[in-house]
Amino acid sequence: MWKDLLKNTFKAGKESLMSNIQYLPGKEPHPRETRIIFKNVDRVGWDQSIGCYIKDGGYEMLKKGLKMTPVEIREEVKTAGLRGRGGAGFPAGVKWGFIPPTNEKPVYLICNADESEPGTFKDRYIIHQDPHQLIEGMVLACYSVGAHLAYIYIREEFPEGAIILEKAIEEARANHFLGKNILGSGFDLEIYVHRGAGAYICGEETGLIESLEGKRPYPRIKPPYFPAAMGLYLCPTIVNNVETLCHVKHILEVGGVEWAKTGKPNNTGTRILCVSGDVKKPGYYEVQVGHVTMGELINDFCGGLKEGRSLKAVIPGGSSAKVLRADEKFKLGKGEDAREISIWDIPMDFDSLAACGSMAGSGGVIVIDDSRSISWVLNNINNFYAHESCGQCTPCREGSLWMKKITDRLVAGQASPDDIKTLESVAYNIDGKTICAFGEACAWPTESFIAKFREELIGDTKSELSGDIVNQESKLAAAGVESLHSHSVVR
Amino acid sequence: MSQDLIDVQIDGKWHKFPKGTRMIEACRLAGVEVPHYCYHPKLSSPGNCRMCLVQMGMPPRPNPGETPVTDADGHLPISWMPRAVIACANTISPNMGIRTTGEVTESCRQGVMEFLLANHPLDCPICDQAGECSLQEFSVEHGKGESRFRDQKVKKPKNVQVGPRVRLDDERCIMCSRCIRFMDEIVDDPVLGFTDRGSHTTLAVHPGRDLSNNYSINTVDICPVGALTSNDFRFRMRAWFMKETDTIDTNCGTGSNITVSTRQGKIYRITPRRNNEVNSDWLPDSHRLNFHWIHSDKRLTDPMIKDRGKHRIASHQDAIITAVDKLRKFKPEEIAIIASGRMTNEELMMVRLLKQQIGVKDVDIIPRLGKPDGYLISADLNPNTHGAKSVLGLKDPGASLENIKKDIRSRKIKALIVFQEDLITGGLFKTVDLESLDFLVSTYPLANPTADLANVIFPAACWAEKNGTMINVTGRLQRLHQVIEAPGQTLKPWEIIRDLIQAFGGKTGFYSSMDIFSQITREVPDFAGLKWSDVGPQGIPLLKTGITIPLLEREKQRIKEGKIVG
Amino acid sequence: MSLVVPTELEKEIDERITHYPVSRRSAVLPVLHALQHHFGYITEEAVEWTAQKLEIEPIKVLEVVTFYPGFRQSAPGKYHIRVCRTLSCAMAGSYELMESLCQITGIDRSGVDHHHPIAVSADGKYSIEFAECLASCGTAPVCMVNDDFHEGVKDVEGLVKKYI
Repeated sequence: MWKDLLKNTFKAGKESLMSNIQYLPGKEPHPRETRIIFKNVDRVGWDQSIGCYIKDGGYEMLKKGLKMTPVEIREEVKTAGLRGRGGAGFPAGVKWGFIPPTNEKPVYLICNADESEPGTFKDRYIIHQDPHQLIEGMVLACYSVGAHLAYIYIREEFPEGAIILEKAIEEARANHFLGKNILGSGFDLEIYVHRGAGAYICGEETGLIESLEGKRPYPRIKPPYFPAAMGLYLCPTIVNNVETLCHVKHILEVGGVEWAKTGKPNNTGTRILCVSGDVKKPGYYEVQVGHVTMGELINDFCGGLKEGRSLKAVIPGGSSAKVLRADEKFKLGKGEDAREISIWDIPMDFDSLAACGSMAGSGGVIVIDDSRSISWVLNNINNFYAHESCGQCTPCREGSLWMKKITDRLVAGQASPDDIKTLESVAYNIDGKTICAFGEACAWPTESFIAKFREELIGDTKSELSGDIVNQESKLAAAGVESLHSHSVVR
Repeated sequence: MSQDLIDVQIDGKWHKFPKGTRMIEACRLAGVEVPHYCYHPKLSSPGNCRMCLVQMGMPPRPNPGETPVTDADGHLPISWMPRAVIACANTISPNMGIRTTGEVTESCRQGVMEFLLANHPLDCPICDQAGECSLQEFSVEHGKGESRFRDQKVKKPKNVQVGPRVRLDDERCIMCSRCIRFMDEIVDDPVLGFTDRGSHTTLAVHPGRDLSNNYSINTVDICPVGALTSNDFRFRMRAWFMKETDTIDTNCGTGSNITVSTRQGKIYRITPRRNNEVNSDWLPDSHRLNFHWIHSDKRLTDPMIKDRGKHRIASHQDAIITAVDKLRKFKPEEIAIIASGRMTNEELMMVRLLKQQIGVKDVDIIPRLGKPDGYLISADLNPNTHGAKSVLGLKDPGASLENIKKDIRSRKIKALIVFQEDLITGGLFKTVDLESLDFLVSTYPLANPTADLANVIFPAACWAEKNGTMINVTGRLQRLHQVIEAPGQTLKPWEIIRDLIQAFGGKTGFYSSMDIFSQITREVPDFAGLKWSDVGPQGIPLLKTGITIPLLEREKQRIKEGKIVG
Repeated sequence: MSLVVPTELEKEIDERITHYPVSRRSAVLPVLHALQHHFGYITEEAVEWTAQKLEIEPIKVLEVVTFYPGFRQSAPGKYHIRVCRTLSCAMAGSYELMESLCQITGIDRSGVDHHHPIAVSADGKYSIEFAECLASCGTAPVCMVNDDFHEGVKDVEGLVKKYI
């Protein structure tokens, strides 16, 4: 029981693992990890079956939770200060509380398993290796918010994950953890797995809801379509990330107050950091929020940078998070606590990363070393967002492709210094002007890469191409002539 | 209802608006235009074009125990949000501030304009929408005037025949989704949709289906750019050359409000005109396209008199004298009059006076019933059945037609005057019936089988060539306005009847249809006390018929549910 | 020509539809997945069939089919390969992985563009496309062959040999 683990280890100031759990060779957690959500990932002798899960104490928290009132569970989650692990970091208990108290419509819960923010790969392992942890968390959350129908929206690229989840749901139903009158509590719940079809925008909760309604996943305007009031089928709907929902059972295990003692104030609990890119040992590391710095993460957990390489930049919270430059200085704290720190000393928590001008986002840390061309990296990111823009609203639809086209040229040596100015202003013209947060997601990389690597980007341009505007305009004229031609056929 | 009014500051001035008003509508009421593309008051608001972004502010929340300081007028200070909000879908709240000018709003507009134009073809000179294109208009006001877009524009399908009456240029489409929403929400025929995604998003009709709905051209009306164009109108006339006249549609009893666009006496296009009590913003294709006959060579242009079985052109005077000389030879009970539910109240009043002048017993109109479409087209295809009932005192229009026919066959009726109807094409009368008459007078805009048999024919003005009033199926009194001049010696029906009355020795003293209207208000109880000027451009409710217009009822429901502004 | 859906498949689809008691339309993705799984791609007939099944206009199905890269509108190879193109994989060599996969499977990608993202080998055995982030950035570069997931791909020939 990690309850004891917490009490024993944290109170003693030690962070160690339960000695009786063995992990697969080569996949042993780092000694400083606190494996709660990922306790069973890569565990020797572990499988996805419900028997294995129950033997390990699984569904005990469901039994406990069903004896509590829904409000009590919500209050525990609120007290725990659990912040959403999907990207926005919004407190989950508060979100649940947004369901109008006078509501008479059905309430739905959706587990967002669309894991699609580049650099993030944590939900994959929960789903594939520990599906019942998620289901137990979901049943508890549904009981708390009063949902009798829930969906797991899983990305299409996890076909095996979908099968595993469906099997797990069947097992749970067979054991009366799902279905009618769960464990004799009188509470009914059905959970279904809904597979996406390869669209990043479905990670946005209202886009996800539209997708689940069988429509194009166009995000909805807020107001009025706040999911907690007008979500799926215009009924109150709670959308939570996989990792977030898994935490619910662990919160019940120790209670919100105790749980909140892990991590840092306002940045409670553990979270899984996913590190990829130019490090020796990329991977996932479950740590207490804020207990590890960027430097520790890169050097201690990930074995440092590759031989002979030095750090150039880090994207700390999924590809949409603003990039941090290796030699930047950041200011943390206020008043007497104020201090200037380097990138290596940034604590990996929500508030610190926000204070450094970026975000913890989805926990996806992408490390970029000095072998990389910034133009190339930015272009790769811009390609992603241009491909994934849903196209519903003007700034993102037109701007994302425009930015990609400029950086395509930049990489091809066909951009002028003026193009960098245009690129920057295009990003700012998207930022804050769109229906959903995709606008920021696609603008922030460009904004931050230009702000921090302007000289390098301009170094990749050719100033003699500035005069090329004339040529380009004649290209436009040619396009005009073409459309003229097609019209003249009609006439 | 003052408790439902709330204070909102728009561009520095305070106004009061009803609670629940959308920000964009509050601005409109304050006389401030907020540019927009996707927003349409009759459709749901997806907020996708982002053109209506404005800066918004609210009074700061006072610290506990602190009383907020108000200005000299009693208003709270406003703290402005750095991030703009869409004015179309957000409603006002008390003490809100809206800035439609200033750096935040203007930079949003400039940015959105530039994005919209980035992939939009620069083909205004050959675009049919030019002159009435929102993209052009807002470009002038909010655009940069230069293009920074140096890359290849996205290629999309051009000149796609999406339906029998509508054509699509996808490269011009700005993906506002108005047309899709119209087909989904208003006419329940969701054949349009977006395919692909991102900047490649393409408006499309499903392969093998088409946009053939009888309301398809409304999508052209609401398309803010030149993406959807009307096959009937495209490339026929530049928008800026046309004169617009407001009048009403006469294809059915709904009396949809319309605007007729003309140039040099020729009608080029008919578009719906907003009237929330009649046709909302919409018009059936079948109605709006039913005008080409007005300019056809089938028009009668001169009065005709039949001499030894052959029609010859006559002067109006000759035709009047010939008709009346002949009619005088019959006893009044040997004459019948058939008027039309397509005539204006004023024309029908003249019929009533002629009837009195001659002493005719039988007057009726031809009922014209069709299948209501459940949207705007009413079962009654006459535009003024209720006017005929009221002015002619007909309890059951068409009830005496069978008697008239019987009396013609039994030669009790020997002369017939037919106003604005073709008795034969409608199938009510057979050629032999009319051939058994001794004398037949006909007025009509077009050559027709009844006129063929008539002894005297008067070419008469059609709906677009005259003024007057009509009462629609819901009992609403509406005005018809003359749009164009009638061809040749064609006169307005009321003028023809006036001349007939005068030739019979009667006096009228009418110089315009307005004069006749005054007479109606004196003689017809339903109209008592009304003045011509009471009937504004939107008409006024006059009778209680109990009939409703299905499309409007559904619209009212959507307004109630807050789905649309209305 | 209408789609001939085997009874078993239709039964499976009907069962899937019951997962959406509020709105049949919600089942559009599962229905399309089932059809694509069986037929390899989504034909015009499949769109019509789905529309009829869910009682919606076919354009509303086409809107969805064309939105998601997960649905194909042309026949893939027997083995359909999706190579992750996004940052971490690209940094780990996914473009090079794509190149060697094409070389080994004999696929010519020169005709690939936005509207035709998939290239098929001449013998129809293999098809390939770039996919955006497959969410396994820690084991980059990654790819999928049909529903199989392959991470940390180094031995490209060995990988292809599994699919002959």
